[in-house]
Amino acid sequence: MSRKLIIVGAGQAAAQAVQSLRTEGFDGPITLIGEEGYGPYQRPPLSKAYLLGTFERERLFLKSDAFYREADCELLLNARVTAIHRAEKTAELADGRRLGYDTLLLATGTRVRRLTCPGADLPGMHYLRDIADVDGLRTVFAAGKRIAIVGGGFIGLEVAAVAVKRGLDVSVFEAMDRLMARSVSQLVSDFIAAEHAKAGVKLILRTCVEAVEGDGKVERLRAGGKTHDADIVLVGIGVLPNDELATHAGLASQDGIVVDQHGRTRDPAIFAAGDCTRHVGREGSAIRLECVQNAIDQAKHCALAIAGKPKPYSEVPWFWSDQYDLKLQIAGIARPSDRMVLRGDPAARKFSVFHLRDGVIAAVEAVNAAPDYMLGRKWIAEAQRIEPDRLADSTIPIKQIA
Amino acid sequence: MAMIIFITHDGREHVVEVAPGWSLMEGAVKNRVQGIDADCGGACACATCHVYVDPMWLPALPPKSDIEEAMLDFALVTAPNSRLSCQIRVTSDLDGLIVRIPVSQH
Repeated sequence: MSRKLIIVGAGQAAAQAVQSLRTEGFDGPITLIGEEGYGPYQRPPLSKAYLLGTFERERLFLKSDAFYREADCELLLNARVTAIHRAEKTAELADGRRLGYDTLLLATGTRVRRLTCPGADLPGMHYLRDIADVDGLRTVFAAGKRIAIVGGGFIGLEVAAVAVKRGLDVSVFEAMDRLMARSVSQLVSDFIAAEHAKAGVKLILRTCVEAVEGDGKVERLRAGGKTHDADIVLVGIGVLPNDELATHAGLASQDGIVVDQHGRTRDPAIFAAGDCTRHVGREGSAIRLECVQNAIDQAKHCALAIAGKPKPYSEVPWFWSDQYDLKLQIAGIARPSDRMVLRGDPAARKFSVFHLRDGVIAAVEAVNAAPDYMLGRKWIAEAQRIEPDRLADSTIPIKQIA
Repeated sequence: MAMIIFITHDGREHVVEVAPGWSLMEGAVKNRVQGIDADCGGACACATCHVYVDPMWLPALPPKSDIEEAMLDFALVTAPNSRLSCQIRVTSDLDGLIVRIPVSQH
């Protein structure tokens, strides 16, 4: 089984794939190709402790250099794959070299969606995706500065919480009528909004940014017909899958490289894992997930298939966000038609929202309520039926409910 | 630096140096000690960095937070000396600490 494997991309899925391939007995040479100058590192701390400055860069790295050496995995960093030639089974690099493969794993991740309004290219605009972005942001991230955050999603709000802690003056602009609208229920949105407001963050909802203005650098935003002074603009308005290598090679992408339950594309020699993929989720509909869990689990399943031990992927997705002293933990994918059950009291800053679909637990959002989250995750995996009234009754310990 | 002794489920001892301020989990992962998955990277969100602390050392450790306690409930085969290794900050007082790693985290 001495086949040559190339991994394109150097994020969480890539690191997990190397580890799982070796654990599962794949013994061919592995080449991991990354565009940044770093080996695989964790992104979640970038918008939290790394931005705050309490977490050194060295701690971000998922594996030590020795790990890759021992795994016989060559790291090709600062290198970009520009094309995949499926007929000849080669990956072409920006410098023209063509590397042969027997199996290729696309773990190309996502890139930030950029603001396109007038002035969006002025100096002083920041995005948050990689180490370099945060290092850049940190050079201007000083107490007293006014930061305008465009986008009230996970990234924007995590940065807002850190900025408050560092003494910046913080405004968040969100086009929708509530925060994190794509990821959490109204109840959790409202709770998180109140926490940010209490911390001094100015929340400007239902407002699109119309222009960024300034004399040679960012000085103010125009949004909702008003102008807002700003020294720094941080844009967090979502990401787009890096699917061009796949599509240019004739592989399907529908906002995400289409893969089966083994992470395989239509080409049996090409797999894909992580944020860049779209797969049919455990609930039967095609989904593109942006999370550590999916990167890890999909990479594991790709490794199993590549090592000849295929096992379909059906893990429950999970997510988390840390803002102030709040730990938000989410499992499953809620739908608007689900019945919501509140457990606990938001005023006590400890509660959860369960989502039931036909009486079965489909998703849970927990705020400072880890047991609800962990049990919810288990219930989702088991398609557990729960009596809503018992679930809502916080005098019954969560472990005695099912 | 503190010397930490990780013993994997097959009885192998791994003696590694961990910088003060780092977590036990980071010390294990960065030194290629197998058996600690730490899927979430130390955010106390996954319960896949479960270890058994040598009972002799238990009094030297800071107590479990509520969230660690809650997450540990869902780790596999826990015992009174179970901890999540991402939640234990290494200090010079922990020089010589012995922890055992379970067979599986999942």
